[in-house]
Amino acid sequence: MDVLINLVLFGMMVTTALAILRMRRLFAVVMLSGVFSLLSALLFVTLDAVDVAFTEAAVGAGISTVLLLGTMALTSRKEKMPRKFSPIPLLVVVVTGAVLIYGTLDMPSFGSADSPAQTHVAAQYLERTPKDTGVPNVVTAILASYRGYDTFGETVVVFTAAVGVLILIGGFARRRDEEEEGTD
Amino acid sequence: MRHHLILRVITKLIVPPILLFALYVQFHGDYSPGGGFQAGVIFAAALILFGIVFGLRKVKRVLPPWLVIRLAAFGVLLYGGTGVVSLFVGKAFLDYSALAAYPKDGQHYGIIAVELGVGIAVATVMVAIYYAFASRPPRINDEDW
Amino acid sequence: MTLEFILGHLNYWLFIILMMTGFYIVVSRGNYVKKIVGLNIFQVSVFMFYISIGKVQGGTAPIFPVDLNIDPNVVYSNPLPHVLILTAIVVGVATTALGLALVVRIREEYGSIEEDDILEIEQHIQAEENSEHGSAMGGRA
Repeated sequence: MDVLINLVLFGMMVTTALAILRMRRLFAVVMLSGVFSLLSALLFVTLDAVDVAFTEAAVGAGISTVLLLGTMALTSRKEKMPRKFSPIPLLVVVVTGAVLIYGTLDMPSFGSADSPAQTHVAAQYLERTPKDTGVPNVVTAILASYRGYDTFGETVVVFTAAVGVLILIGGFARRRDEEEEGTD
Repeated sequence: MRHHLILRVITKLIVPPILLFALYVQFHGDYSPGGGFQAGVIFAAALILFGIVFGLRKVKRVLPPWLVIRLAAFGVLLYGGTGVVSLFVGKAFLDYSALAAYPKDGQHYGIIAVELGVGIAVATVMVAIYYAFASRPPRINDEDW
Repeated sequence: MTLEFILGHLNYWLFIILMMTGFYIVVSRGNYVKKIVGLNIFQVSVFMFYISIGKVQGGTAPIFPVDLNIDPNVVYSNPLPHVLILTAIVVGVATTALGLALVVRIREEYGSIEEDDILEIEQHIQAEENSEHGSAMGGRA
């Protein structure tokens, strides 16, 4: 049953991705990328990652769609006619994909409980969280407490990205120009 | 968007529940899916929705740009500050056991404080980015969509 | 290659197919907004791949009952990939915003967001600079 749901979701996601590839109207591309995010959120639910699904639904289908639309409003609505088809990108992609698939052949099969990822720290986290923190949601406990340094770094990265956006298009440069004009 | 009556009415109805839901996700993150990152994004989504439908000017009256930037910095500092407090009590940086008499209580307080910092930072960062994009004069007319 | 092996690895291959679709959009299309959408697809595929490593068959989401009465028979999925990807998604949208801001600035400087046009303009500027330097050197360069 799980496999069937996954396959259906995958089918929809691959179709969406191919539609994004083919479409030239950017509005449709942006909307389809929102659809893609929502589908991936559904897939995260089937993979037991409810926290991640939650975030992906809010971020991918909400905020990033708005940002892409905002960019579109500031730039253009249509993609130019695509360049003449060249085989090099396709070749690069096929070779990369083949190498990656070759790499997965050594991996433990999907969902196996005795894979290395499951047997080392994961069990420790699940066992210790109720004793150490008393927080039922293990994801929150790891996020904020066990891996607090990590999350602190991520928060700083988010903040830094905002500073970067504000420097690029936030109007700080314009204000300086105006001041310079004022002194002239 | 003055002519979209349905959008305006629905937005008015839906923004307060979204904000409330964001607060629930923020403070109930210990017990159910959720936490600072999700809550921040949902909170920002509500404000952005309000801004899209009612205009940038109105949402800027609710949350002025100068406050947004300061709040983003405050969120990051709240996170770091929690770590520094536990340093002063004599434990390691970000070791919340130091924050209360019992380590478990300390962990709870620490997680709430840190998640609040993350929530404030993420929400205001998203709103700041939205302000930056929306404040630029657009190249496409409303009719061309 | 047994059927069991194929079913156990099918998910990974499907993630890689999606990833490569995103990659193909990035390398084959010239429009910068579309390139960023392609990067997003690539990124989400990596996230899904990562999360799938933490899945345990028959497991459930790693959230205990509120009273912490944990039934030892319940299997929980690995929470660690969830934490890493959760933060990566939010960082991902922040960096996407940075990329889009760059696209907006490029449009303002060049008047276009197509790679071909921008390369052409760049070549033009380069040629002009070269001829300027050439005449400054007395036509010998």
